[in-house]
Amino acid sequence: MLEYILRRLLWTPILLALAAFFVFMMGTCAPGDPAELTLGQFATPDLVAKQRIRLGLDDPFPIRYIRYIGGVVKGDFGDSYHFTGKTVLEVIGPKLWVSVQLNIAALLVATIVGLPLGFYAAKRQGTATDPLIVIVMLILFAVPVFFTAPFLILFFAVKLHWVDAAGWNGFFSIQTILPAMTLGIPGAAIFVRHMRASTLEVIGQEYVRTAQAKGMPNMVVNYRHIARNALLPILTIMGFTIAGMFGGSLIIELIYGIPGAGRASLDAVFQRDFPILTALVLLSAVMLVLANLIIDIAYTIVDPRIKLR
Amino acid sequence: MTEISVSDSSQTELSPPRGHWRSIWARFRKRRLAFISLIIIAFIYLLGIFAPVLQTHDYREIDLYRTQLGPSAENWFGTDRAGRDLFTRVLWGIQTTVIITVTTFITGSLFLGVTIGLMAGYFRGWIDAIIMRVGEVVSAFPDILLIILLAATLRPRFVEFARDLEDSTGISGIVSSGVVDYLVIGFALLPLSWFGMMRLVRGQVLVLREAEYVEAARAMGTSTPRILFRHILPNVVSPIIVSVSFGIGAIALSEIVLSFFGLGVQPPRPSLGLMIGEVVSRTGAGSHNIIRDHPEQLLAPIIVVWLLIFCWNIVGDALNDVMNPRAR
Repeated sequence: MLEYILRRLLWTPILLALAAFFVFMMGTCAPGDPAELTLGQFATPDLVAKQRIRLGLDDPFPIRYIRYIGGVVKGDFGDSYHFTGKTVLEVIGPKLWVSVQLNIAALLVATIVGLPLGFYAAKRQGTATDPLIVIVMLILFAVPVFFTAPFLILFFAVKLHWVDAAGWNGFFSIQTILPAMTLGIPGAAIFVRHMRASTLEVIGQEYVRTAQAKGMPNMVVNYRHIARNALLPILTIMGFTIAGMFGGSLIIELIYGIPGAGRASLDAVFQRDFPILTALVLLSAVMLVLANLIIDIAYTIVDPRIKLR
Repeated sequence: MTEISVSDSSQTELSPPRGHWRSIWARFRKRRLAFISLIIIAFIYLLGIFAPVLQTHDYREIDLYRTQLGPSAENWFGTDRAGRDLFTRVLWGIQTTVIITVTTFITGSLFLGVTIGLMAGYFRGWIDAIIMRVGEVVSAFPDILLIILLAATLRPRFVEFARDLEDSTGISGIVSSGVVDYLVIGFALLPLSWFGMMRLVRGQVLVLREAEYVEAARAMGTSTPRILFRHILPNVVSPIIVSVSFGIGAIALSEIVLSFFGLGVQPPRPSLGLMIGEVVSRTGAGSHNIIRDHPEQLLAPIIVVWLLIFCWNIVGDALNDVMNPRAR
């Protein structure tokens, strides 16, 4: 097990370096000459040539890539083209933090709604409640976020005036509730689906029957024997769900006017500020890979039955 | 007499493969919800395919005297802020979705995913290692961000290329026909479409390559492509179909999201995502007023999107149950 964790830890930096290579390559394919973009309206052929040398744009590709990686390791993603005088990290740092908070809030919603509901549906198998929950969650899962978001805004902000229609006031404000719900409910649907399946599997196990047969209180069987074991496979799904949510949060940020990574990446596209876009893509990949790594390691620790090669 | 009995037995020997698909179809039809979903999907796709016949207006026809109207006999779903007929635009938007999903699935999932998966699973070794590692790198990114990055960086190159082509061949209208948009979206969606399929096929092939009938084929000197496509591929078809039915919803949604962001299909060509974006989006003066005053303009495109994704999910679920009964 230790060997597995070590191997994962060794592979992760290589994976990220490859990811950085890919992102850097796409960045160099991007339209526009960085030298001209940074100079803006003052670009003359002479100045552009000097700027190209200053930015090291005439160096061969491998050297530029190694320089980029060297900078990234130190947290330096270069300078923004659009916001002159600011480094990429200064521009996207706060925005990425907002997105992370939004995603954590949504993940909380998904977990709190999804897991108990999935468990409940499995316990009710054979009654009308179970298919009802499954169908309702399937319908909610298929609703695109740009459907729910505008109508939630229309209802809660425009009609009822409970919250402002747009903006971000930090993690602990009622403004967070609407976007977190919009983002969290489809996630909850995924959790319900998997929690239901894994609970059903555990319920059929012999040790559950034994526990019930020896007269243990229902609460104890439900919690200790069923729920805790059914939660194990959910950990692996957590990784996919986080990835999916991060994608969804881009759309939600646009609609709710939240100054997060989603908005920043689109602005970067339209302003041709490609260092920002590549840094955002790379950083989100880093976060995803690390999240999956932590989940995998946690999985081996939580479930003693697993002996990974 | 003996001849008749021989032909009889050969007929019963031939029937199982046909009966297999027939029994799957019979089991599928028993699932009422899934069957209805399939009909709805077929209906929506037909609407898109026959958009040129069914349209009541031209999708580009702007009428500034008739903007933001509700449904009427003239405009069945009403008109948008430029007075364009929403019904016609929804039809053409569906057509965009149909074209994108079908082409990305044929090129990405079926062609690339299945072939690479077959090779990786069958040859293993370094080919497999490289393919899996590349796939791992690609799947390290959040899908949508990767798609945005690809679409944003590829589009100018593709447009440039198409312009050059127009100049050198004298054919005009390549850029304005929307082919470039489709190409950009198709390429941007490639990482999303091929990796999952490849991993699925590879996993199946890893098991099947050890099967006795494959070994027998190999011993008889059957060529490798023949083993791959005649002996192994038919046995992977069921999981492929299940995966396609789940994946098409995701592909369709990605195109819609990309167009919603303004990175996919470019106006004036309609796309469901673009229609939603025009009402909800960040840009455009007074866009918030459209959603405040005319939220009903969202209904038609959004219901279509929602139905498509919901129905594909149901169909995928049912196919999964019907085709892989052991997986339950």
